[in-house]
Amino acid sequence: MRYQFNWSVLWTGESGLWLLSGLITTLELSVVAWLVAVVLGVVSGALRTVRFWPLRAAASFYVEFFRNVPLLVWMFFWYFAIPPLLPQVVQDWLFAHGLEFWAAVCALGVYSGARFSEVLRSGIQAIPRNQLEASVASGLTTFQAYRFVILPVALRLIIPPGTNESLNLLKNSSVALTISVAELTFQTRQIETYTAKAIEALTAGTVIYLVLCVSIAIVMSWVERRTAIPGLIVGGRQRR
Amino acid sequence: MLDLDVIWRNFPFLMLQGFLGIGNFVGGTLRLAIPSIVLGFILGIFIGIARLAPQWWIRTPAVLYVEFFRGVPLVMVIFWMWFIIPIVLHTAIPEFGVALAAFVIFEAAYLGEIVRAGIQSVPRGQVEAGTALGLSGAQGMRFVILPQALKNMIPSLVTQFIVLFKDTSLASIIGFMDLTKAAQVVNNREIRPFPIYLFIAVVYWVCTYSMSRYARYLEKRIGPA
Repeated sequence: MRYQFNWSVLWTGESGLWLLSGLITTLELSVVAWLVAVVLGVVSGALRTVRFWPLRAAASFYVEFFRNVPLLVWMFFWYFAIPPLLPQVVQDWLFAHGLEFWAAVCALGVYSGARFSEVLRSGIQAIPRNQLEASVASGLTTFQAYRFVILPVALRLIIPPGTNESLNLLKNSSVALTISVAELTFQTRQIETYTAKAIEALTAGTVIYLVLCVSIAIVMSWVERRTAIPGLIVGGRQRR
Repeated sequence: MLDLDVIWRNFPFLMLQGFLGIGNFVGGTLRLAIPSIVLGFILGIFIGIARLAPQWWIRTPAVLYVEFFRGVPLVMVIFWMWFIIPIVLHTAIPEFGVALAAFVIFEAAYLGEIVRAGIQSVPRGQVEAGTALGLSGAQGMRFVILPQALKNMIPSLVTQFIVLFKDTSLASIIGFMDLTKAAQVVNNREIRPFPIYLFIAVVYWVCTYSMSRYARYLEKRIGPA
């Protein structure tokens, strides 16, 4: 039996609506998880470069443990294992407001935060140590030195690997379908279930992911050029 | 909260069936991860070489292949294989075959980039020296460039194997009985999510962390590529 293509399943019925709502959920999940990941990544990445060893050890434990376990395991962990441990009020709120979405945000955010942390640490380590010494010598506290000197430079240095990790986060959000978050891959599967047209449904989902990834990459390469630090090899083109 | 008894009771199932793949079900994290990296690397060598080919009609498909698979989630690729293999072969194949195909095709894109970087790390003089000795292009690649490139690639290959090792958990989505699926099965029976998922997290962590230490050691010993 040959496969009968029927592309119209993508625009008849509710398919279009499903894809759109899946795309929106994917973006919502990715954006919220990205914010969590950036905060965790910046804080833990910075802490991994400080002199005080207990802070360094805590940050290292976070990064090494969360980064080295599959995201899928974290999804199940945050979805099944954590909610029963929470106070009843919080549980009730979560069940009323989409537990699976917030579990996915935690899983994706905490996992990606550990990966961002490595990126940020390499960015900080690329800055000569005497920058920190110079800022401390000019009267800044260590916190101020990080806040006003080290981090602003490091964040500009890490735009290319940071973009890469952000795209990984976007693609990894598809794992949330395992805890039934109705994101893009989930909706693609739904169209397949209703229409039995697997190739058409998967093509639609795949094209949307590709367009998302390529457009983010294009925007970020523009940002990278705009924020390049003049005079550095990694900075690329010189700006006036 | 931390009920270790439930782990102890299910330890053989989790480790033998889920991790190693010895048991009544077709499964096993290692049984999927090892053939995937080997076959993926073989395909990756061809893709890496093709990306550096001077002829555009060899280079362009390789570039498109790499860019395509790097822009698509692995979950999507697994579903593609899950639906397309029965359509193409006119018969269903076991989950192991589907997962293996998905991982080999997906990882080859990433491994191809590693191979390319490895080849590019070999000094150009080596190519010329090979030509001067009378080797053809293919012979020079096979006997001069690749052996040296391979040595430079080893740390990145170990790192990629760690990624693949973690990714094999996604094979549980199509029902392959790996460690994650085994944990799901055990949890459905025992309803003790906290110790069970924490336990498999620790199992994954011990494997990946020791491999990442090994990669770091290799990097120091071999030196930067």
